[in-house]
Amino acid sequence: MEPKKYTFTSRAREIIIKNLFAFLAFISVLLLGLIVLFLFREGLPLFKQISVAQFLFGSAWYPTYNPPEYGIWPLIVGSVIVTVLSCLIAVPFGLLSAVYISEIAPARIKEILKSIIELLAGLPSVVLGFFGMVILAPWMQETFDLPTGLNIVNASVMLAVMAIPTISSISEDALYAVPREYKEASYALGATKYETIVKVVIPAALSGISTAVILGMSRAIGETMVVLMVAGGAAAIPRGIFDSVRPMPASIAAEMGEAPFGSGHYHALFATGIVLFIITLAFNLIADHISNRFKEEGSGTL
Amino acid sequence: MKWRYLRQSLFFVVVRLSALIITLALLGIIVFLLVNGFSAVTWDFLTLPPMDSMTKGGIMPAIVGTFYLTVGAIVVALPLGVVSAIYLTEYAKQGLFIRIIRIGVNCLAGVPSVVFGLFGLGFFVVFLHFGSSILSGALTLGILILPTIIGAAEEALKAVPHTFREASLALGVSKWRTISRIVLPSALPGILTGAILGVGRAAGETAPIMFTAAAFFTAVLPKSIFDEVMALPYHIYVLATAGTHIEQTRPLQYGTALVLIALVLGIDLVAIVIRGTIRGKKRW
Repeated sequence: MEPKKYTFTSRAREIIIKNLFAFLAFISVLLLGLIVLFLFREGLPLFKQISVAQFLFGSAWYPTYNPPEYGIWPLIVGSVIVTVLSCLIAVPFGLLSAVYISEIAPARIKEILKSIIELLAGLPSVVLGFFGMVILAPWMQETFDLPTGLNIVNASVMLAVMAIPTISSISEDALYAVPREYKEASYALGATKYETIVKVVIPAALSGISTAVILGMSRAIGETMVVLMVAGGAAAIPRGIFDSVRPMPASIAAEMGEAPFGSGHYHALFATGIVLFIITLAFNLIADHISNRFKEEGSGTL
Repeated sequence: MKWRYLRQSLFFVVVRLSALIITLALLGIIVFLLVNGFSAVTWDFLTLPPMDSMTKGGIMPAIVGTFYLTVGAIVVALPLGVVSAIYLTEYAKQGLFIRIIRIGVNCLAGVPSVVFGLFGLGFFVVFLHFGSSILSGALTLGILILPTIIGAAEEALKAVPHTFREASLALGVSKWRTISRIVLPSALPGILTGAILGVGRAAGETAPIMFTAAAFFTAVLPKSIFDEVMALPYHIYVLATAGTHIEQTRPLQYGTALVLIALVLGIDLVAIVIRGTIRGKKRW
């Protein structure tokens, strides 16, 4: 026993460790800052050539023409359409499966289904894109007699597969966090299980569910490989849901390899990255705000 | 009165159906790849490099490349993630600083994978002159999986009962020793689970390595961390979309997709099983 050890050196060591760990934990924030810095460093030079409005709302994306045109409006529209459509598919499936897992399923099935959803979340996006290309696309082309099966619907379906696990697992946390007393009170008033779920449990978990939906949308809009492989790649404003589109991530991924370093095209792709980053950042901050404001235990974290 | 129960039954049918469809979607994709890819995956396929301008041969360099990138990513992310989680759960108190870190981690988790790719290109490849290399790719992937690791490690640390810490502190043990000798060992299996899930995620990502590490084709295996590599996800993309032999190389595409999915889902399954075992065996 050497009680002396616990006087100076030990205390100094504790303080050093605490501050070191604080700094290391802060690295995540620094990295986020670094990402912003380098996106802007490589993206902003574009705006010496064209204005922000021309870039955002220009309707022609011809980056390799002479003179080139860098209007990403068709890309933004493409991204928004596939995201909204994929959420129309993913929200019902995600929410209903969450209800099943947290309220209805027997313990054993619950565990299995949770694992299945986790595995679904783990599916590499390139594999989903490949699946959409070789299965869904030819099938759709034949069934609906389309010029191409690589289109908005195909991309939305495959994106929905990616967004469902996000929506399901976060919604499930939110539903699970609803206090048991609420349900018991509802049953005591003679409500059925269905009425309790729809009129008590879901409304009580609504903030968590909104977080889930927003994060699901954020996942869908930022997803790259699926839209790169199955959205068709046409940089034009679509007229129907069976048209091809070129969402922002697809454009970046497809063209970065060919854009000469430091060219206008290169800067335009980084600028597109900025737009994408800002959209997803906004989604995440809103989700963070909602889950903080209506704090339920264990909800709204990924 | 009857309508209320009928409505309930109907609702339950719809809910069960949606769970069933999700299950079938996963199984459908797996079975489809198994059926189409099984015959392509031979010993030669796994051990030979691509041949005849990638229309024949195997995927060995892509397996090796994915292995290097993934190991590199976890080497970067695991220590940083665990230390961050320790700080967030054991040291930090409520306040602005911790709030900023939490928002930072959440936002980092939400950054699109292609934006990580752009960042990797701008920072590691160009600014730090690492070039398109294992190093650039592994660092980019490491940052991508950092939030996953932090989240999992935090959960594991939070699951260690407070009484463990209190007992240790009551014996006069310093805080750091309590953490390193009592809390960390108890949380280790949970942290490992998170690390394994991170590995699975890193192995399957394509967009972040497209501009930072992945090569269309390399004749030889990488000799240093500054070499470009082939990688399984990128190989699938290349075979399925580029070149003039797309139809001809279908079996290779199915085979590569099967290998990738077996790898990633296998890794995830290991993590899920380990977690289940921990929960079952927990002594506290």
